[in-house]
Amino acid sequence: MRSENIEDYTKGNTNAHKMAAKQQEISITEFFEKNKHILGFDSRSKSLLMGIKEAVDNSLDACEEAGFLPDLAIKVERLQEEEEYKITVEDNGPGIIHKMIPNVFGRLLYGSRFHALRQSRGQQGIGISATVMYGNISTGKPAHIESKIEGKDEVAWKMDITIDTKINRPVVTNDVAFTWEGKDHGTKIEYTTKGRYISGKQSIFEYLKNTAIVNPHARIEFHDPEGKKYLFERATEQMPPKSKEIKPHPGGMEIGDMMKYAQNTQQKTAAAFLKNDFSRITDRIAEEILSKAAINPSAKPSDLTRDQCKAMIGAIAQVKIMAPPTDCLSPIGDALIKKGLMHILDGMRPDYYATPVTRPPKAVNGNPFVVEAGIVYGGDIPSDDQVTILRFANRVPLLYQQGACAITKAISEVDWRRYGLEQRGGKGIPYGPAIILVHVASTKVPFTSEGKEAVASFAELQNEIEQALRLCARNLKSHLNKMERKSKTSAKFEIVQDLIPAIAKKASEMLDRPLPDLSLTISKIMNVVWVESRAKKEGQRTLSVKYNLHNYTLQERTIGLHAKLPKECVNLTLFTNPHFISMNDEGKVTWEIKNLQPSSSLLISFELKGELADTFDADDIYVSGINPVLVMGAEALPGDWGIKGLEIIESDESIPADEDEEIEEAEDLGDE
Amino acid sequence: MNERHTTAMSNLTSIVENIYDQLNVGNVPVMGLPLRSKKNIEFDTQHNVWKYGELQTTRTSKTVQGAQMMLRTVYTAEFINDMIRDNKSSTLREMYYISEGWDRAKFNSQDESNLLAEDLEIISKCMREDFKLRPEESGAHIYGNLDINTLTKKGMKKFNCMDDVAETGFAVPYNVEKESFEIAGTDAKFVMAIETGGMFARLIENGFPERYGAILVHLSGQPARSTRRLIKRLNEERGLPVTVFTDGDPWSFRIFASVAYGAIKTAHISEYLATPTAQFIGITASDILNYDLPTDKLSDKDTGALSAELSDPRFADPFWVGEIQAMLEMKKKSEQQALAKYGLDFVTDTYLPEKLGEMGIL
Repeated sequence: MRSENIEDYTKGNTNAHKMAAKQQEISITEFFEKNKHILGFDSRSKSLLMGIKEAVDNSLDACEEAGFLPDLAIKVERLQEEEEYKITVEDNGPGIIHKMIPNVFGRLLYGSRFHALRQSRGQQGIGISATVMYGNISTGKPAHIESKIEGKDEVAWKMDITIDTKINRPVVTNDVAFTWEGKDHGTKIEYTTKGRYISGKQSIFEYLKNTAIVNPHARIEFHDPEGKKYLFERATEQMPPKSKEIKPHPGGMEIGDMMKYAQNTQQKTAAAFLKNDFSRITDRIAEEILSKAAINPSAKPSDLTRDQCKAMIGAIAQVKIMAPPTDCLSPIGDALIKKGLMHILDGMRPDYYATPVTRPPKAVNGNPFVVEAGIVYGGDIPSDDQVTILRFANRVPLLYQQGACAITKAISEVDWRRYGLEQRGGKGIPYGPAIILVHVASTKVPFTSEGKEAVASFAELQNEIEQALRLCARNLKSHLNKMERKSKTSAKFEIVQDLIPAIAKKASEMLDRPLPDLSLTISKIMNVVWVESRAKKEGQRTLSVKYNLHNYTLQERTIGLHAKLPKECVNLTLFTNPHFISMNDEGKVTWEIKNLQPSSSLLISFELKGELADTFDADDIYVSGINPVLVMGAEALPGDWGIKGLEIIESDESIPADEDEEIEEAEDLGDE
Repeated sequence: MNERHTTAMSNLTSIVENIYDQLNVGNVPVMGLPLRSKKNIEFDTQHNVWKYGELQTTRTSKTVQGAQMMLRTVYTAEFINDMIRDNKSSTLREMYYISEGWDRAKFNSQDESNLLAEDLEIISKCMREDFKLRPEESGAHIYGNLDINTLTKKGMKKFNCMDDVAETGFAVPYNVEKESFEIAGTDAKFVMAIETGGMFARLIENGFPERYGAILVHLSGQPARSTRRLIKRLNEERGLPVTVFTDGDPWSFRIFASVAYGAIKTAHISEYLATPTAQFIGITASDILNYDLPTDKLSDKDTGALSAELSDPRFADPFWVGEIQAMLEMKKKSEQQALAKYGLDFVTDTYLPEKLGEMGIL
């Protein structure tokens, strides 16, 4: 890549001279060809995907930065030439001003992400220009760009771009202004490339589908080479909060970085350099570091030697510095993860979307990160296979190198047998009808290689992923328990609703006596308070929720009822209920039902309105103030709920353990 | 309707009353039953047979299975009472099909309905015959110089079980109680119960009953109740010694046990069905060695059955423990008809006279 400053090295006659001549001829093309595997262009099918991935990631980043809900259209067309495809990616982003277009698309390693950190997708690839260049190299055809920026008076521009690989500069042809009918703003790139279109786990379709899951605010349209159109509709109008830029934290500095920063800084003194170019460094801390490193605070940063930089890093490790700010991260959040999963996976009719978990942000080596996990279970998800793992880094799906990824390692470390999945020996990828989603967001996601396909494993991160998975798996397990209890429940109902009345009816007929009153018998058999939950979707954005409490015990009961509602969706129907007690910031609601008499019942109903209304699972209902053994249809309030429920008032009633079914009495009658 | 039928009706009605009364006071209905397993059979010294012991199971309507059985109990009791009142009878299989119309009380298999009929016998202290329920097939066949009076469509008729029947013998009806089946007279010296039809026919063809004064009863596998009842009556009323001739395998040992000691399934009426003095002729484990009989290897199931017999209180005597262990050791079993190795007459000319001689019957 030195080809800009050409000198004649060939004048000497030594071997070194000869070699220098050869070295000089290494062009960007060759560099690219030689290194395409680390850049992700190592197979025809992967090349096709990588190009689209670069374009889509850029489009989503641009839309979000400008505050537009992304609207993307991706088209893959098969051309006459073998393995040649034409790719079109169009967005509704802010557009690119005319003179910048060639640099954005036609210059390798062109960008502004130096000395500032933020959570973005774009850090994950060599850039869209690499895609343009790979297209140029493999087909000899230029890329075609169209772009329009906001504003009534602005015109749209279109041009063809090739990259002069010798000098790493764009070559623009057919640069013309035009009127883009029906387009307020946005960018479209069309390029031709060699590739192979595949289906399955590592396909473009899969990539776009997974992108839609973690970007529920985006609308993604996809036209495959067979002319089939897929649409991933927007699931929410809620934009993710814009990610903030932060200065690097001193904790993660390596000697090379430190020296580079010191050379390039605008600051005049070492103290100012530390204080202003890094986050979390005060005057006092800068002073402490410099004194520990024996550096004059007024020394010029560019004069700092390697040894001095090294001493500075050593001093940083000894000084207590606050962890980097974490508000620069934008996790997806539990409600939107669930919404995204429900939206895209609904075709598999899963039984259960375990409440996703978003861990509090953590920082390691000066880099803040946050881990999120979600699990989808049952329905048409195949149950004999290993679970499907969906890995994401900064909202970008990772489709390759699953085995090398910290996410996969963390999943393998969790003992899933405890949570209702099969797993040989309690290690490895579990089996069962489940899809496990893990999202790692960071200002600097640590990848195993330049291809950025797997998250590198280090203890703190892997530990966080495992924590998130365990918490989410606990939600799954409690659902599975609930299902088991439900089947027991239905057995009891079969007895009291069908069998006992039938016995009473037949016996009284035969004996010619009046039908006996069964309520006491029924209470004795049930001996529970039954919380019957029902939820009904009424239109797109309304969920009508009903809890019917039946006291099938022999005593009156006072019960606390608890649920976590999407608090954006609650309204007067909730607050006006006479049993409503309170709701906190997290949407955790408490009701109290006082003195529910034996053999009587009570209804609590309310409506949820809004796009997150259907993320509420009416079965996620908890009770307090009563021994959970005496409750059917609801769980005991978990200890970490954060809100105190009602105390259990101890009474002297004996609570019978579940009786086993009658012993198989005919055990050895069969042999005669 | 005779007195036994009236008793059955009123006893069945009390079972239903009991359930009704429990519901009427707000209890969860339960029904006590003796545990019907080999763990719960005891030797009844009065009758010298094995009967159910003290262990009880409680069928509670707290479980789906229990509640369903109770519902079936009520339906079945009503069905039987209606049948007695209308002077009808039905086979166990017919009852199973009739339950198709019983909604939730419907039986899922005939085993279930048979078991319930037995439960009702136990609780009501009546017999299935009193319920006008009969088994699918009649009892087995009997051949020998025996006069009987039995109920036909034209009233009581007299038969001789040798002269008036073909070589297949006389078919024993499902009910051999005195009202419909009388033992009128015989000059036979003993009764021989035979497991297989092939051996039964061999002895008849060879003229064994005539030559030795034997009444042959074909058991046809595990003997039906009426077969066992008839053997018992021949033994009690005519003082005839009873012998049992079966294959030499674990299942045949159980056939003998149900003839002599009482079956686990019908332990509540063992005193009607079992003949405690019945003697086992063979094939014994020692016969297999002594007569050098052709054998088959014991299957895993056979071995399991033998081991189970070692913990069956009915086999807990030195003879049976010895036989069972000998068979387990040689890992072989043999059939009655293996005696044909020495010719068709060997069984009647040599084997049986030798064995019966040892027993002091001939």
